[in-house]
Amino acid sequence: MAYADKIREAYRKELADIRTAGLFKEERFIHSPQAAEITVEFPSGAPQQAVINLCANNYLGLSSHPEVIRAAHEGLDSRGYGMSSVRFICGTQEIHKELERKLANFLRLDDAILYAACFDANGGVFEPFILTDQDVIIADRLVHASLVDGIRLSKALQESYKHNDMKHLERKLEEFQDKRIRLIVTDGVFSMDGDVAPLDVICALAEKYDAMVLLDDSHATGFMGRTGRGTHEMRGVLGKIDLITTTLGKGLGGASGGCVSGRAELVELCRQRARPYLFSNAIPPVVVAAANKVLELVSSTTERRDKLERNTLYWRKALTEAGLDIKAGESPIVPVMLYNAKLSQDVARDLYKEGIYVVGFFFPVVPKGAARIRTQLSASHETAHLDKAAAAFKKVGEKYGILGLKKDQIIAKFGA
Amino acid sequence: MVNDSELCEIILQYVKDEYLDEDDDTQIGPDSPLISSGIVDSFSMVSLKTFLERKYKISIPDAKATPEAFDSVNKIVALMKEFF
Repeated sequence: MAYADKIREAYRKELADIRTAGLFKEERFIHSPQAAEITVEFPSGAPQQAVINLCANNYLGLSSHPEVIRAAHEGLDSRGYGMSSVRFICGTQEIHKELERKLANFLRLDDAILYAACFDANGGVFEPFILTDQDVIIADRLVHASLVDGIRLSKALQESYKHNDMKHLERKLEEFQDKRIRLIVTDGVFSMDGDVAPLDVICALAEKYDAMVLLDDSHATGFMGRTGRGTHEMRGVLGKIDLITTTLGKGLGGASGGCVSGRAELVELCRQRARPYLFSNAIPPVVVAAANKVLELVSSTTERRDKLERNTLYWRKALTEAGLDIKAGESPIVPVMLYNAKLSQDVARDLYKEGIYVVGFFFPVVPKGAARIRTQLSASHETAHLDKAAAAFKKVGEKYGILGLKKDQIIAKFGA
Repeated sequence: MVNDSELCEIILQYVKDEYLDEDDDTQIGPDSPLISSGIVDSFSMVSLKTFLERKYKISIPDAKATPEAFDSVNKIVALMKEFF
């Protein structure tokens, strides 16, 4: 037998080590559609509980929007369930092309290409046009894991700069002037801190040092910027970014799928060479049809992104007034800083008992001594949801004596 | 041929400049853990590898450039000596 006992034991030990290290991840079962209020069974077998959801990427509240659901039904009825093919054999319907056009138009770029997930888009985006060690990729150190994997797969020289540190980026650009292609890589909104990349400065540096820019705007598309196009709109650099990767799995309906959008030649090269595109099934028609409706909705009104912005301001103010230590920022990702890993788990557990669903993050997901609860706002939250959640945070914060305390004081009390 | 203590000093200085903030008073010595302590994460380690390869005109294969091999300045010095 190939799966011998000693192999089994080795894997069991690895799993036990993950548990011992406190890094074992457990799924929580949700018994309702994704929404501001959900019904959760946690731990497995426990009675179901109605909670306010503050940890979904459902930024625009479109995950269960009636018009999106209706469009999905129509797509299923008119175009079937599966494509049974990759895109370039017999997996492209006209609705796939329609969605690519809509995404490119919305992002204000030449063209777009769909992937099964943004993880695939990021994993395969470098290989098609960053070809040799005569090229260099210079990435922010906090870019998403999928970009890290994509960069590792490329044959280019790999470099990184300190998070959002433009002087450091400039030094790296100067240092690599001998290279054929310089590609700067950044997230728009960083997923754990919720801060926004200074794209105006990045684009100015790219121009000065002859570099291209790739932006992952997954936590921004649909709501950041005045008309929700993303952080490139927010920072006033529409049309100046060479490539944007983004997802349909967050603000844009939250199902699945992602895209690379950008300069026509670069997108075409992805269509010719990107392995996750070439060797992965086409996105199912039901998702494409619903995403086309989502693009119509976000293109026709800013109502939902405006409400999300109001909710974000309201929530940041409520937590600050309650005495919690939050990371300042402009995005709907609002981290409540607790610094100590155990404290982050204890506070999250107590909040769940109060009917608030949040998750605590600690090393290695975030740096050591920077444990936190990441809260995320949605346009589907009402003021009453946020008032109840803020009151729960205040109650639990009081229990642990952290209200009004800053970083050094919390660390002095609980350790880092 | 670069001597060990000179190489150690150059790497130590690079780590301080590249990975610590100006106001960070963390003390780092030749045996301080870099990756397992969280000072350098496995992705930003690429900067250190690229720096060493360009400065000393060597090529460190990915199979050798493991987080374990890069976990302290002394370990990096030992690894580098294989390529001089």
